[in-house]
Amino acid sequence: MQHLAILPILIPLFTGALLLLPPFKDILNRQRGLALVSVTAQIIFAAMLLMTAATEGTQMYVLGDWQPPFGIVLVADRLSTMLVLLTSVLCAGALLYACAGQDKGGQYFHPLFMFQVMGINGAFLTGDIFNLFVFFEVLLIASYALLVHGGGKQKTQAAVHYVILNLIGSSLFLFGLGILYGTLGTLNIADMAIQVRHLGEAEAILAKAGGLLLLLVFGLKAALLPLHFWLPRTYSSASAPVAALFAIMTKVGIYSIFRVHTLIFGEEANLLADIALPWLWPMAMGTLAIGTLGVFASPTLRVMTANLVVISAGTLLIAAALQSEKATSAALYYMLHSTLVTGALFLIADLISRQRGKAEDRFVKSRAMAQPKLLGFAFVIAALAIIGLPPLSGFVGKVLIMRAAESTAEIIWIWPLILVSSLMGLVAISRAGTTLFWRVTTAPSSDDKAHPFEIAGIALLLAASPLLVIFGGFVTEFTADAAQQLHDLTQSVNALLPESTLHTGGDH
Amino acid sequence: MEGLYAFCVGLLTACGIFLALRGRTFPVVVGLTLLSYAVNLFLFASGRLKLNAAAVLGQSEQYSDPLPQALVLTAIVIGFAMTAFVVILAMRARADLGNDHVDGRLPEAPKPRLPRRTGGQ
Repeated sequence: MQHLAILPILIPLFTGALLLLPPFKDILNRQRGLALVSVTAQIIFAAMLLMTAATEGTQMYVLGDWQPPFGIVLVADRLSTMLVLLTSVLCAGALLYACAGQDKGGQYFHPLFMFQVMGINGAFLTGDIFNLFVFFEVLLIASYALLVHGGGKQKTQAAVHYVILNLIGSSLFLFGLGILYGTLGTLNIADMAIQVRHLGEAEAILAKAGGLLLLLVFGLKAALLPLHFWLPRTYSSASAPVAALFAIMTKVGIYSIFRVHTLIFGEEANLLADIALPWLWPMAMGTLAIGTLGVFASPTLRVMTANLVVISAGTLLIAAALQSEKATSAALYYMLHSTLVTGALFLIADLISRQRGKAEDRFVKSRAMAQPKLLGFAFVIAALAIIGLPPLSGFVGKVLIMRAAESTAEIIWIWPLILVSSLMGLVAISRAGTTLFWRVTTAPSSDDKAHPFEIAGIALLLAASPLLVIFGGFVTEFTADAAQQLHDLTQSVNALLPESTLHTGGDH
Repeated sequence: MEGLYAFCVGLLTACGIFLALRGRTFPVVVGLTLLSYAVNLFLFASGRLKLNAAAVLGQSEQYSDPLPQALVLTAIVIGFAMTAFVVILAMRARADLGNDHVDGRLPEAPKPRLPRRTGGQ
């Protein structure tokens, strides 16, 4: 299908708009139905797009037939289609959970949810850096509104920080874009990668400032060390399905770092080769370390999950800093796993919190849960997966990342950090589980049972972990191909531009 | 012209950053607005400053780059929407939390160093 590449953006957009119109407006059950149908369609089309990108090569969708480097393009290669599929699956899990009643907390939950998915998919698919900014804003403005969904003091308080920080981030993004456009004269990512090789020394300094500003902005989204302080509070105060969807938002930042700092400012960029690395190294390791401390210090399960998101961001950023094909491939596998499992853990934390009454998800003694076996089983699977114990996907992901670091000089830092952080995470999470499930009072348990939709949502996300192991060979093969495509500039740059620009690029 | 322009953008940015670092939501919102003005001017300048040059081919000898103008337009629209949102959020925070501090609670007043004088004019 010719227009397949744009469907992951159009479907949520139109669904979101349709949800605001009369037959669906104000009637929650119809909204739920339409949203679920739409998400199913999104998964199907995302899978089709992925198959197309895998079998027929990178799909380029030229909007309005304005040929690159002048027009806006969508680029559906293996990497972006894989992440679009990941978004759809995560979205399906979160939406199923929300349909059990969490969407009642405020108006317009479903439309906002769809707009956020549209922004995320757009950010993954776009081949134009200004459009990346636009889609960032789309996903952000939806996330601002979703964050305060349900109301309450905590949410408003977290939202003020989150919104102000991200608005400053957007301003910096535009400054960076302005500098890069002023020096490179183009906004098409592939074309920028060509132009950056021909920069003179005077312009290179400016472009370096622009490139590092972009790193700063992506770091803010990805929760890189000094910029991550907003994350635990924001994620832990959001309502469960929203927090689960937010699990992919840090990954949008990490994806952008991969895209921009591997393609544009990668090894081939002459004067600007690898400008991000001196910054990325210490900060990525710091992120991992501080996330681990955060997990240890967390007073509630939700805050702990939010800190686990920081750990996964740190691990992924270390893989990004390794800047090799093998590391990228490992990072992609780990990204699939950590997004789905942290998403599931947010949902489980909400169920636990509801069944424990006033104690919520704080690590204190309280009455027993109504469904300790079901929730305990889910919690154990999620915990094993996120910490990285065999036989689940976290183990495979971490081993892949550590293997990728094997022949580098940084191994003396990476291995101990990842291993110690896993160990400390294991201690913290087992302590949490013991308190939550076993330290119970004799008070009668509540009869607030989980809705089947909620269980289905969690099961969908958790099932990914064993599936990622069972089909591990297939998945790693795919991520290896995606990483190879990203690092091979003849595929990720030259193939996306008409011949003429490649030759005239040098005249600049 | 370039010098003056750069000075203006720099001044707006500096004021924006200063205000964004304040503790109350209103100055922060004003600071964000100034920052977005600065960014819009900056984007406009990324296509180089030219006098008497329309962004249309064939109208004059010289023409300016149309793309930054399109970018600025997009940035203005987005910035406007975001400012509107942050104003509403600030008002809601004022209502929900009972004060207009960005942290949602007023910092404790610093303790006076000297014992307070009583009486005595």
